[in-house]
Amino acid sequence: MSNPSDLRYATSHEWAKLDGDIVTLGITKFAIEQLTEPTYLELKPVGTALTKGQPLGIIESVKSTSDIYSPVDGTIVERNELLLDDKATKRKADLTPVNDDPFGKGWMVKIKLAPGATLDHLLTAEQYEAQLASEGH
Amino acid sequence: MANLRTPLYQWHYHKARMVPFGGWDMPVQYTGIAPEHKAVRSAAGLFDISHMARFSFGGPDALALLEKVFTNSVATMKDMQVRYGLVCKDDGGILDDILVYRWPYGFAAVINASNREKILKWLETHRAGLNVQIQDQTFDTTMIAIQGPKAVELVAGMFVDDVTKLKYYFAMPTRYKEKGCVVSRTGYTGEDGFEVMVPNVMGVTLWEEFIAKGAVPCGLGARDTLRLEAAMPLYGHELNETINPIEARLSWAVKLDKGEFIGRAALQKATLDKTQPVRIGLEIDGKRAAREGSAILASDNTPAGTVTSGSFCPWTDKSLAMGYVSPQLATVGTKLLIDVRGSTLDATVVELPFYKRKK
Repeated sequence: MSNPSDLRYATSHEWAKLDGDIVTLGITKFAIEQLTEPTYLELKPVGTALTKGQPLGIIESVKSTSDIYSPVDGTIVERNELLLDDKATKRKADLTPVNDDPFGKGWMVKIKLAPGATLDHLLTAEQYEAQLASEGH
Repeated sequence: MANLRTPLYQWHYHKARMVPFGGWDMPVQYTGIAPEHKAVRSAAGLFDISHMARFSFGGPDALALLEKVFTNSVATMKDMQVRYGLVCKDDGGILDDILVYRWPYGFAAVINASNREKILKWLETHRAGLNVQIQDQTFDTTMIAIQGPKAVELVAGMFVDDVTKLKYYFAMPTRYKEKGCVVSRTGYTGEDGFEVMVPNVMGVTLWEEFIAKGAVPCGLGARDTLRLEAAMPLYGHELNETINPIEARLSWAVKLDKGEFIGRAALQKATLDKTQPVRIGLEIDGKRAAREGSAILASDNTPAGTVTSGSFCPWTDKSLAMGYVSPQLATVGTKLLIDVRGSTLDATVVELPFYKRKK
């Protein structure tokens, strides 16, 4: 399996990586394979306060529309702007990194953890793979 | 009950993502919906459509039975001609949309996979007193569609007869590697192309020969976005037993003057009813897709109808949808709103089809 061991995973197929008190978040390769090529991404603005389990965005493909959930309590401090339209410069969103490199260049937001919040409740790569296997994938 | 598998199942299994569809395990995509969709628009794509039901009709009353259950005219068909039409209930509701083939020796029909048993039962009910033999031949042959601007040059020389001479919506029996088969100039993508029925033993051979010649295998995902761009209705979405062909804008496939058929009186009435909803095409601002079941609203936010199919379409590069609205909101250019999970998308009623190939 291709799920990096230094990341933590949500059962709803987001991944999270902790660096100090900042969590970088994206969706897993499995999620992308299920969704098929993304056609549209919407992310809540920088400054949005999130609680665990709350949607922080929407991703669409030719086939379906899915919510992206925050696996932690915290506040969005940065978005991967390349994945979004830039109205000022009229640059169009490029979602190929989400498709081609979901654990790397396809990251979506950085969240500053709320005081006391951790990633401890999230799955390890091994546990996430066990979940996928139990779902028959 | 386990899903049915086409003779190409093993081939798909290792290369495609499989999904259940109409009682069958079918490939939804091989490499990706967008590249497969674009391959059909720009070159040639290949589809396993063996899940489609195929019935044959023989006996002196085959024509009479088909005229009774089919909205389009069968008597006026030439030998080898193929015709699209509906099977309707007495109240005009659509049981299926099908293709009828006329042969010198009888008839055949291609039925949607999910309606195979329902239509077979319907035919059994309405054959009473008629001398007709109906055979379900779905499991005897492998059916493959080759679609796209390169389809003609690709099939050239593959069959004993020159199938490239076939006119649109005509078919011919011919031979593929010594085995009898049927080729028709038909499809469900909005492109030129052919649909081929070969004996099951030749299924993988034909499939792999098409691929060796450059056709790209395509799954049901691309088949759905291609037919949406071409504004072809899909049973279970644009068509069902509560929708009649007039609402669906398929009146061209209903011949009210051909004589009696099931649903005729109701459809005659429906053509005069100017209040019933009609099928429309919607182009949506931005890249977000409308999905089946999304509410369509008038510009003053009052309910106007429902989306039946919607997707971001890879070739036109637009978010497109079909749905039903009241007739006063169906005029091309009308601005409407679509409620998508709480947010509203701006949409405009546009001409159908969204995409038309260059002749």
